[in-house]
Amino acid sequence: MMEKRIRVLVAKPGLDGHDRGAKVVARALRDAGFEVIYTGLRQTPEQIAEAALQEDVNVVAMSILSGAHPHLFPKVVELVRANGMNDTLIVGGGVIPEGDIPALKEAGIAEVFTPGTPTGNIVEFIKANVK
Amino acid sequence: MSTEKEKIQAELDAYNASVEKAVAKFPERPNLPEQRLYTPLDIKDTDYADEVSFPGVYPYTRGVQPTMYRGRFWTMRMYAGFSTAEESNKRYRYLIESGASGLSCAFDLPTQIGYDSDDAISEGEVGKVGVAIDSLADMEVLFDKIDLGKVSTSMTINAPASVLLAMYIAVAEKQGVAADQLKGTIQNDILKEYAARGTYIFPPRPSMRLITNIFEYCSQNVPKWNTISISGYHIREAGSTAAQEIAFTISDGIAYVEAAIKAGLDVDAFAGRLSFFWNAHNNLLEEVAKFRASRRIWAKVMKERFNSKKEKSMKLRFHTQTAGSMLTAQQPNNNIVRVALQTAAAVMGGTQSLHTNSRDEALALPTEESVMVALRTQQIVAYESGLADVIDPLAGSYYVESMTNKIEAEAWDYIKKIDEIGGAVSAIEKGYIQKEIQDSAYKWQMDVESGAKVIVGVNKFQVEEKPVEGLLRVDASVGEKQKAKLAEMKAGRDNDAVKAALAALENACKDENENLMPHILGAVRTYATLGEICGVMRKVFGEYEAHTNL
Amino acid sequence: MDIVKDLLNGSRLALSRTITAIENEYDEAVDIMKELYPHTGHAFVLGITGPPGAGKSTMTDKLARAYRNMGKTVGIIAVDPTSPFSGGAILGDRIRMNSLTLDEGVFIRSMGTRGSLGGLSHKTADAVKALDAFGKDVIFVETVGVGQSEVDIVKAADTTMVVLIPGMGDDIQAIKAGILEIGDVFAINKADHDGADKLQMELNMMLDLDGEMKEWRPPIQKVIASQGEGINELVAQLDKHYSYIKENGVLEQRRHERTRTELMELLNASIGRYITNSIVKTGRLDNYLEDIKSRANDPYTIVRSLLDELLVK
Repeated sequence: MMEKRIRVLVAKPGLDGHDRGAKVVARALRDAGFEVIYTGLRQTPEQIAEAALQEDVNVVAMSILSGAHPHLFPKVVELVRANGMNDTLIVGGGVIPEGDIPALKEAGIAEVFTPGTPTGNIVEFIKANVK
Repeated sequence: MSTEKEKIQAELDAYNASVEKAVAKFPERPNLPEQRLYTPLDIKDTDYADEVSFPGVYPYTRGVQPTMYRGRFWTMRMYAGFSTAEESNKRYRYLIESGASGLSCAFDLPTQIGYDSDDAISEGEVGKVGVAIDSLADMEVLFDKIDLGKVSTSMTINAPASVLLAMYIAVAEKQGVAADQLKGTIQNDILKEYAARGTYIFPPRPSMRLITNIFEYCSQNVPKWNTISISGYHIREAGSTAAQEIAFTISDGIAYVEAAIKAGLDVDAFAGRLSFFWNAHNNLLEEVAKFRASRRIWAKVMKERFNSKKEKSMKLRFHTQTAGSMLTAQQPNNNIVRVALQTAAAVMGGTQSLHTNSRDEALALPTEESVMVALRTQQIVAYESGLADVIDPLAGSYYVESMTNKIEAEAWDYIKKIDEIGGAVSAIEKGYIQKEIQDSAYKWQMDVESGAKVIVGVNKFQVEEKPVEGLLRVDASVGEKQKAKLAEMKAGRDNDAVKAALAALENACKDENENLMPHILGAVRTYATLGEICGVMRKVFGEYEAHTNL
Repeated sequence: MDIVKDLLNGSRLALSRTITAIENEYDEAVDIMKELYPHTGHAFVLGITGPPGAGKSTMTDKLARAYRNMGKTVGIIAVDPTSPFSGGAILGDRIRMNSLTLDEGVFIRSMGTRGSLGGLSHKTADAVKALDAFGKDVIFVETVGVGQSEVDIVKAADTTMVVLIPGMGDDIQAIKAGILEIGDVFAINKADHDGADKLQMELNMMLDLDGEMKEWRPPIQKVIASQGEGINELVAQLDKHYSYIKENGVLEQRRHERTRTELMELLNASIGRYITNSIVKTGRLDNYLEDIKSRANDPYTIVRSLLDELLVK
């Protein structure tokens, strides 16, 4: 009688305060049956990785609209992996130019969701790729 | 007269009956206004003299100035700033040469949250969403060869607004321009930062003190300065409805006025320098109605609630920006059309100044070329469209007048509710306003996903697209450059003077009766950095901890 | 078992994975708990409950910092309700404790109630044991006090604190009926708001009526958690209660009760599962149902014969 749930950390790394997207996604994931841990604004990569560890999440989902993603996304991946969480799916979203995406994927971001992505696509991606 | 109304009612009934059959066959689209048709019956209770009246006449539904755009157009103010002060200075001078009539400064996030570029937390953010300002030295470069006696400058700065304003005053001093000649606006609206935008620093109480200190200081020393831009823009961007946008913002406005009165200021000494900032969203007619309703509500608030005597205090003047959140990353050229319609709404709604977004802003910061198209959009609406030729051209439209009434009523309900909670500060602390905004945002998203709301190119009429070329890239080395400049500046300044000025500021912070502005200005003049000044205030005031309810 | 060794050696990942195993009812959870059990029984377990919006998470955050300042390590289990419609949950307590995230002496875990009515108290109790075995000195279990299952959760605590706020109106009646009797210490949060004195007075009256026969009269502490005011006093009250229950044998008695309850629950659950498994897997259940339907047999006889067959050996 297992009661497994997909657990997702929804995080806003960096300093930008635009959390409309992160909150909408958090709710949509909840409505898809996931357990969502939302940590709020201005989280450092270190805080995100540590929260991911303590909560033993299956997914870390981050949103950045400030353009700081080339620095912050890979840093989170690095710290999460350094904690021994090798299976954790790490995804990102926000105002992210197409041209930046290959480098982010190279750095271990499994998928990047740009503006206009239906939340249903995010749910499907997580279900299909979570370990 | 009543027979006239009866006649219209009878004809309307007949019309509705005839339409029912058609509707049964072809159901109407979702999310439409309640009625398909508006008639004189919908505004039969609206008293023209009391509720609509004339431009420049209470309650200012038709506009705050008697002549509006027949005198002069709105200020075409393009929000800009990125990378270093040198780069932004170039962009400002380009905008002025292209016919922009005012500057609007965007600051990077570390600046907005009171951190220097060399702070660990600033890593990756320096120069990204705006220009990085660490000290007066950067500000001098930012306004190099721009005459502060002539230009009007708007600064999107909130938590550390006092510091940036002090830097602006200090730069003007060096240019030989007296403070009482300075024209411009600081956003300085902390309440919407807690509720919607997120760049807060201090808890509400000291934040409100800083704001009233600015009101007081400027009323005596910088009289032409707009000391606050009470902003619904970001509340709308966070997902609110039109009525929520103006209701929550006017409630914020009420809180500022109350705080200033409580601090001993006379309402008419500062209220004339309060200004507002609205969003121009996609639904053109609803937006026009919203702008009109907002003027009427604020006039009533100032007159009836605060017993203001001066007309100037009752006039809601506002800046507008087209809705950034409605720009699509898909088929970005479509955004030009969206922005044009939003511009039309702002102009028909009687805005005092306008920023138009660029087509590529859902992808990156705008390029020079797309900023030019956005500015040209305003100029085309002003000079070619005829929309600015007569004042409040949609007045008298059955639909627009009735919608103005409806939005006003809805907004009053919210304002009343917030009063019951104990005012805007309490409503934010309890998470009420945030929750309402989030519920609306979620509903919008679900409507888009179900197709009940169509966004062209996003959930309908999609095409395969190639990645957009030629986006603006902020030089990745800007953080390092800025750090080096900061280190050099710190080595060259009089560090004893900095220490003394910061110590004086710290003491002033501890004394609630002291106005902080002169002390901040004193610190700024010694080239104390933004991070150092905010650091002192953080030490005394503490920091705000957000409580998010989802 | 590596995970147990790692946990006992201080691996936060092992601790985290252990709690996941408990939460998801993985088979290995039983084996892990078996090995951890000898290492438990050292921590002070504090239950925190109260109505929604009372500021429990902020209070937990401030209390945790106070205990950290005293040199104690802290574990926190924060329970939030699961949506009955989707089975999902937004676990939002952590956001009020962000400043504790990077403190190595603190471990915070959010849990959803996940629909299992009786199972939750058992799972949180096991999660508390995992934190205990990990070496945490003080363990907070924070939950919304709205229903029986939440009340069961706080029963796992040595000391239970009930957080209230002024301005709840008639809700005070509900509190009287529900969580009044489980509070060892009461905290009135947001004590700077109107009605705090009135609430304190009402609460005092109720406790006086209720508490004539009791040796421990629950104290009421006013707090403004967001500003940290009254937190040290609150800690003192909690310590006082802990000393009281230790010295008077109450703690021993409570833990004895708890152990008894846990053992019985575990036993019942295991027996139930054992029997269910044996008749479902073999397909015998369907036969029984047929027999009952045709009145060839009855449920009472079947249960008796199954017990005889499966258990009496």
